[in-house]
Amino acid sequence: MLLVIEQFLNGLQLGITLFLMSAGLTLVFGIMQVINLAHGSFYMIGAYVGATVAAASGSFLLGVAAALPAAALCGMVVEFVVLRRLYEREHLDQVLATFGLIMFFNELTRIIWGRQPLFMEVPLWLGGSVELLPGLVYPVYRLAVIGVGLAVAVSLWALFAKTRLGMQIRAGGVNRKMVGALGVNIKLLYTLVFGLGTLLAGLAGVMAGPILAVESGMGESILILTFVVIVIGGIGSIRGAVAGAVLVGLVDTLGRAFLPAVFRMLFDSSTADSVASSLASMAIYILMAAVLVVKPKGLFPAHS
Amino acid sequence: MKKVVFVLFFLAACTHLAIAEPVKIGMITTLSTKAGYLGEDTRDGFKLAIAQEGGKLGGIPVELMVEDDGRKPDKGKQIAERYIKKDKVRILTGIVFSNVAMAVVPKVVRQDVVYLSTNAAPSKLAGKGCSPNYFSVSYQNDNLDEVVGQYVSETGHKSVYLLAPNYPAGKDHLAGFKRYFTGDIVAEVYTKLGQADYAAEIAAIRAAKPESVFFFLPGGMGINFLKQYSQAGLGREIPVYGPAFSFDERILNAVGPAAVGVKNGSQWTHDLDNEANRQFVKAYVEAYGRMPTLYAGQGYDTARLIGSALKAVSGNLDNLDAFKAALKKADFASVRGNFRFGTNQHPVQDVYIREVVKTDTGYTNKTVKKVFADHVDAYASQCKM
Repeated sequence: MLLVIEQFLNGLQLGITLFLMSAGLTLVFGIMQVINLAHGSFYMIGAYVGATVAAASGSFLLGVAAALPAAALCGMVVEFVVLRRLYEREHLDQVLATFGLIMFFNELTRIIWGRQPLFMEVPLWLGGSVELLPGLVYPVYRLAVIGVGLAVAVSLWALFAKTRLGMQIRAGGVNRKMVGALGVNIKLLYTLVFGLGTLLAGLAGVMAGPILAVESGMGESILILTFVVIVIGGIGSIRGAVAGAVLVGLVDTLGRAFLPAVFRMLFDSSTADSVASSLASMAIYILMAAVLVVKPKGLFPAHS
Repeated sequence: MKKVVFVLFFLAACTHLAIAEPVKIGMITTLSTKAGYLGEDTRDGFKLAIAQEGGKLGGIPVELMVEDDGRKPDKGKQIAERYIKKDKVRILTGIVFSNVAMAVVPKVVRQDVVYLSTNAAPSKLAGKGCSPNYFSVSYQNDNLDEVVGQYVSETGHKSVYLLAPNYPAGKDHLAGFKRYFTGDIVAEVYTKLGQADYAAEIAAIRAAKPESVFFFLPGGMGINFLKQYSQAGLGREIPVYGPAFSFDERILNAVGPAAVGVKNGSQWTHDLDNEANRQFVKAYVEAYGRMPTLYAGQGYDTARLIGSALKAVSGNLDNLDAFKAALKKADFASVRGNFRFGTNQHPVQDVYIREVVKTDTGYTNKTVKKVFADHVDAYASQCKM
């Protein structure tokens, strides 16, 4: 039972990281109608800048404080220089251009930081583990990640539901021309939305830094999961991103954790292990297919 | 006028004789992708040997050509094709990954070309698929797992939890460990290739309570696993072991304190006590400003082996059999000290257990124990040459 709770927390934590990534991607995709494959690059930039500043200053918080504006700034520059020319063009052009950006950023990090993966430490005040229940030990840092993710989800909800800026962004997603005609600087608004999205990706990256290897190309592995999340959640919907991310995180983790045990009850151990490991890596795609059969536009479509 | 032309021709012919064409060596290696540092170290180790002789190996001028395979078998094949057809290269080397090697090596060794492996040495090429034109200077892939299997048994651990990515090399490496481990296998878990988060597996390990954990997770996967394992507080309770691939100096400096004390298997460490190794480590640090990894050591050894054979045939590759015979003698001072080729042209060498330590210059390994002396790989008997 304790193992189930622990694996549940692990799934939640993976889901939260995915949420930070997918929130930004779904905003850009849903509101600006741009497919941005390079979203993982901003995750990588966040991790690299965070790790570098944290190592130089010795402070994790300074690392985070540097990573967020760096990712946001890079995002806004990319929007201004590249994506702005692509709004009117087909999705295929956007895919090509942003795929090119992935390679550009991967090589750039290699040129700046070299091929050596960087080291980023868990800050002392978040190090160690805490006993949540008798016998259930969990790393404090992962709990902190869950906490930050939940806080971000609430603030995003507040931003979109309660503020004027949020209202303009939502309106811009529905009818870009009309919002422009009403006197809103839609170009600036898009740049801001894109910057917000990449800021969240940078946050996800810098928080992943102490857990994962900070290396060139680290964004691609999470990018695929992120796309699965926004397709399940419904493109353009923050609520969908939350639901999709938690669902994917849980299914992926619980599948990896418990499928082998389930299959061992049915087959001998070597067959069970190989079937279970294959099925566990397919689990989220099966989930995606199942969701799409029932709800072709995702769980919470933005414009239904 | 005729005279002048004749003199010019004569002069041209003379200079041609005086400055012999350098022997071309074609290196196919992985310089891009996340794994790019492996090729970088292989190349830098190789280059160091050439630089130490002022552009020569064994006194023969050489020209090293380097191309990036991007970890893709197809690209590796194309590069090999170009080296052989266009550049007329007879000596190929440098491939890091076994899947690239399997695409390139069987094809090139059917031609009149010698391939020397600086790293990848899949079982197929050591056993039934062995070839007189193929030499592995590094090891046979399983060796570094076998040594850990033997050591973990000797340590008295009665059970082990196995972890590797779900692809052919993952299964091979675990098979290597199991060949020498005498205790119980609690579980044999195969994870997704390139997996980032190991929280689920670590929780399962905690619940299964094995006496030890053995993992083969090369590159970033190993960094992720080791960091997360230590953060989960398991590092103090259940010791982990692995082959050297997750414990080279580049990876260790990205893992940080989480790896300190972990024991791993390798055929080389910077502290091996022999003259060739001492001067290599010193020269490498001076040239590149970083500690050499085992890949750098393998690149360096390969270059010096080629040097010894070139010297024996005075740089003449027209008779490739003589060159191969000279290679097989392995008449060079290896940084590993003890080195010779077995019947399948794979190394017969000592294999060690070493331990991760922190020094003033960062994280590195220190040799703990020689577990195998003159170790022969498991496939040698299947090789009919």
